[in-house]
Amino acid sequence: MSAVIEVVRAGALTTVQDEGRTGWAHLGVPRAGALDGPARRLANRLVGNEPDAAVLETTLTGCAVRVTGTRPVWAVVGGASCRVTVDGRPAAWGAPVRVPAGAVLEACPAVHGVRGYLAFAGGLVPEPVLGSRSADLLSGLGPPVLREGDVLPLGRPGDVPGAGPVPWPGAPAELVLPLHRGPRDSWFTDEALHTLTTAAYRVSERSNRIGLRTEGPALRRARGGELPSEGMVLGAVQVPPDGLPVVFLNDHPTTGGYPVVGVVAESALAGAAQAVPGTPVRFVRA
Amino acid sequence: MSGVTVLEAGPRALLVELASGEEVEAFHAELLRRRAAGELPVVREIVPGARTVLLDGVEDRTLAGRLRSWTVPPLDRGEGAAVEIPVVYDGPDLADVAEAWGVAADEVPLIHARTEFRVAFCGFAPGFGYLTGLPGHLSVPRRNTPRTRVPAGALALAGPYTGVYPRTSPGGWQLIGRMPAPEALWDPGREPAALLGPGTRVRFVPAEVRG
Repeated sequence: MSAVIEVVRAGALTTVQDEGRTGWAHLGVPRAGALDGPARRLANRLVGNEPDAAVLETTLTGCAVRVTGTRPVWAVVGGASCRVTVDGRPAAWGAPVRVPAGAVLEACPAVHGVRGYLAFAGGLVPEPVLGSRSADLLSGLGPPVLREGDVLPLGRPGDVPGAGPVPWPGAPAELVLPLHRGPRDSWFTDEALHTLTTAAYRVSERSNRIGLRTEGPALRRARGGELPSEGMVLGAVQVPPDGLPVVFLNDHPTTGGYPVVGVVAESALAGAAQAVPGTPVRFVRA
Repeated sequence: MSGVTVLEAGPRALLVELASGEEVEAFHAELLRRRAAGELPVVREIVPGARTVLLDGVEDRTLAGRLRSWTVPPLDRGEGAAVEIPVVYDGPDLADVAEAWGVAADEVPLIHARTEFRVAFCGFAPGFGYLTGLPGHLSVPRRNTPRTRVPAGALALAGPYTGVYPRTSPGGWQLIGRMPAPEALWDPGREPAALLGPGTRVRFVPAEVRG
């Protein structure tokens, strides 16, 4: 019997994520995929998976799963730091853990950061949709948000490399977001562009997988009127009528009607995935 | 083509802005033609919008300059068969649309069903196409208060566009009818997944009301 995991405690928002879907934006399909890509890849490497294997992404509160089958399964809990247990006994965080058949692996609530990643040797292998196993919350593609009792199959494990300690990036105390030119920066006043790159913003608790919302001074537009819907990129900083910048993350809609003042470098978005509400945000010129 | 503006959308994307929706369709068709012919550098996504085409995942920084110099032939409207979508014209906003158009309520279906539509671009939800074809003077505003739940298959108007909701969702468009079998709009297990991709020609066919 091949191994599966059973969800014992689903947590606030736990989803299956891989690299996401590309090539379908023209049909309105978002990219989806793990918000903290480097953490997902590192967790996969530590259990001997291909870097794009599907993992679990947790949100703040972690999750617990039972591993069933006839053999132990190697797993890694990484990303947001947290206490890890196997059948209630403390286990390593950020390093391979051997989970006996029938045992429960728990990622406890996050101590630092927001998104935790649970990688299992062999990877999670629910049926792919449009080439990806990622849950896409905006359009409802891929495996649904995990609930207690859900069962997910695991693939065949590869060789587990002997992994020494590896450096995991921590959650940012301050989120610095390098900003490239956006297509609609001319829709904003010079004062607004100056404000954006000098003022103190904070991560709003209304942030989610669609966007990192911010709180701070509102940006004024230099011109009114509506923007006809246009394609949106990952990292786009969209400014809705309230003037508060929203940084588009992986579940962002493929087209949008609010002007994009700038685009955050993709390499900075892993930090955005781990910034807790209230974290200071600074937009700097890239 | 009256002029192409190429805007940067971050370090790896270009937003090509055009003068009209028709020019967007022509430019989009030219992009697809050149990509199929192997004449376009690697681009991860080509996403048409109302007045723009987004090229995302562009590694070749010289592409922007070349796009500006392209000669784009006018849109070939094609003579192939259009996708036919059966609809029942019994939407709750028929009277409001009739008033906006200045016609009797029973004329709305006649005008709508004899219009040749094309999918200008997609978005909002997988399988949702923004269909153009109605003349400009028949544009209608969105509803002041969006509905929290629009059923799958609802046939709707807003601005110059017509669309059919592929799944139940909130929405602010004016509802003039419904497609009895909306599951045909989107099936990720099918190739192509979307019935209405960019450029698809569409006709709405009035269906009998049953039951």
